[in-house]
Amino acid sequence: MRLKNKIIGGAITVSSALSVILIIAVIVIILVVTIIGGKDKLSWEFLTSFPREGMMEGGIFPAIYGTALLVIIMSIAAVPFGAITAIYLSEYAHEKSWLAQTIRFAVRTLATVPSIIFGLFGLGFFIQFVGAGMDNWFLGGQLKWAQPNILWASLTMALLTLPVVIVSVEEAIRTVPRELREASLALGATKWQTIWKVVIPGSISGIMTGTILAVSRGAGEVAPILFTGAAYSLATLPTSLSDQFMNLGYHIYVMSTQSSNVDQTLPIQFATTLVLLMLTFTLNLTAVLIRSRLRRRVK
Amino acid sequence: MKEAKIITRDLTLHYGQKMALNSINIQIPEKEVTAFIGPSGCGKSTFLRCLNRMNDLIPSVKIKGEIVIDGLNIYQKKIDVVNLRKKIGMVFQKSNPFAKSIFENIAYGPRINGHNNMHKLKEIVETSLKNAAIWDEVKDRLHDSALGLSGGQQQRLCIARTLAVEPEIILMDEPASALDPISTGKIEELIFELKKKYTIVIVTHNMQQAARVSDYTAFFYLGELIEHGKTRKIFTTPDIKQTEEYITGRFG
Repeated sequence: MRLKNKIIGGAITVSSALSVILIIAVIVIILVVTIIGGKDKLSWEFLTSFPREGMMEGGIFPAIYGTALLVIIMSIAAVPFGAITAIYLSEYAHEKSWLAQTIRFAVRTLATVPSIIFGLFGLGFFIQFVGAGMDNWFLGGQLKWAQPNILWASLTMALLTLPVVIVSVEEAIRTVPRELREASLALGATKWQTIWKVVIPGSISGIMTGTILAVSRGAGEVAPILFTGAAYSLATLPTSLSDQFMNLGYHIYVMSTQSSNVDQTLPIQFATTLVLLMLTFTLNLTAVLIRSRLRRRVK
Repeated sequence: MKEAKIITRDLTLHYGQKMALNSINIQIPEKEVTAFIGPSGCGKSTFLRCLNRMNDLIPSVKIKGEIVIDGLNIYQKKIDVVNLRKKIGMVFQKSNPFAKSIFENIAYGPRINGHNNMHKLKEIVETSLKNAAIWDEVKDRLHDSALGLSGGQQQRLCIARTLAVEPEIILMDEPASALDPISTGKIEELIFELKKKYTIVIVTHNMQQAARVSDYTAFFYLGELIEHGKTRKIFTTPDIKQTEEYITGRFG
């Protein structure tokens, strides 16, 4: 019996060690390969110039710019909307009410929908329905909004990241102690005043965490913007919401599938991957740091 | 007995199916200190929280009967709870300052009431802190976080915050139970000062405290008001045997 326990124990130890090693190995390999492959290409010039010679020379500035613009517009849409939903769920809705349960179910489901489906939804809803409607009503049928652009891509991405925002803001709101709400109400504050002046300031780091996680997710996803606004290559930067844009993730995809000379584009690809990885790592790390500060404060 | 500020008539409260208060009838005199005593779970805190309708926040609570304050039943439909709570301040068991500066903690209530004039706010903050006997300790660091104060100072800050709204009644829910004896002493002295201007209702676990600070004492047991009268009488010659047993420490 003791021998059997020892064998089981040993097996568990060995297999957990193997899994840990495997996971770390994957991260290390990805990092090492991208760094080795891209480090020679990575330079200030690479970050700040346009691609040249059919993407075989030059930099990735428009892709960085487009990605930044995408996540900014996405956050402007997703954060207030997500925060309001989270406030409704935690402060106004009864836990067991029909509406609250439906919203929670929808949020959970939304989080599991494959990202390409969001892309298709964006194409069907924003471009072919909303965009076409806008063109018909306001522009007399002239084509402007019923085609891919940065606005529709950002809104599609906002839908994808909405569950992240809602869940992290709600979690943060719940860490605001009941005693503080009572203190505010006992002073004659209304419920809304209490939320605005006590609950939201108390959960601001959670709102920031949610925003950063959403931004980092949005910066890395490609599928939702594939049909809704990302461009293969553009000679100019987007200047209006109805312009298309370039994007880091999509740029990697384009270079790895469409290149006429893979050997020559490979270092650019690696360098682009490195930029994208560093961007998402930094964002995630910031979110983790803010969140751990929040947890400490709760204790 | 001075004029009654608060009168309850057959106040009964249920948490879901469970009865927590059974037909409470009491008259609480104006500008005196009334202490609620009784063992844990006897309903004294629940009753206190009825007086500013704090129990409204708990969905399962059902209340029958009347609470009349200044001749007005506060459970009437047309009562504005927000205004009611401005008139009835509350100090909680655990000090609960906001994560704001000392100044902003006190200014919170006045700001909500629409005072935005900085000069006026400064005046209110100073008066409130003085009346709560904490001004000398904090006057040089009004803009530091209130969370940096000691437990006893935080509790007096919370009292000052309540005073800043100029209530008529102050409810205190075991305000000194988490404090050391020196801080407790300061709170008790403060209560003694405050009763000149305010009607004070204090829930306490500490019998000596009730005897020291209150003019009237109400003894609760199992959701019922067993006995209510002058503190001196309750503590020396109570009419009811249960009260005597509790006060002499035979149960509770």
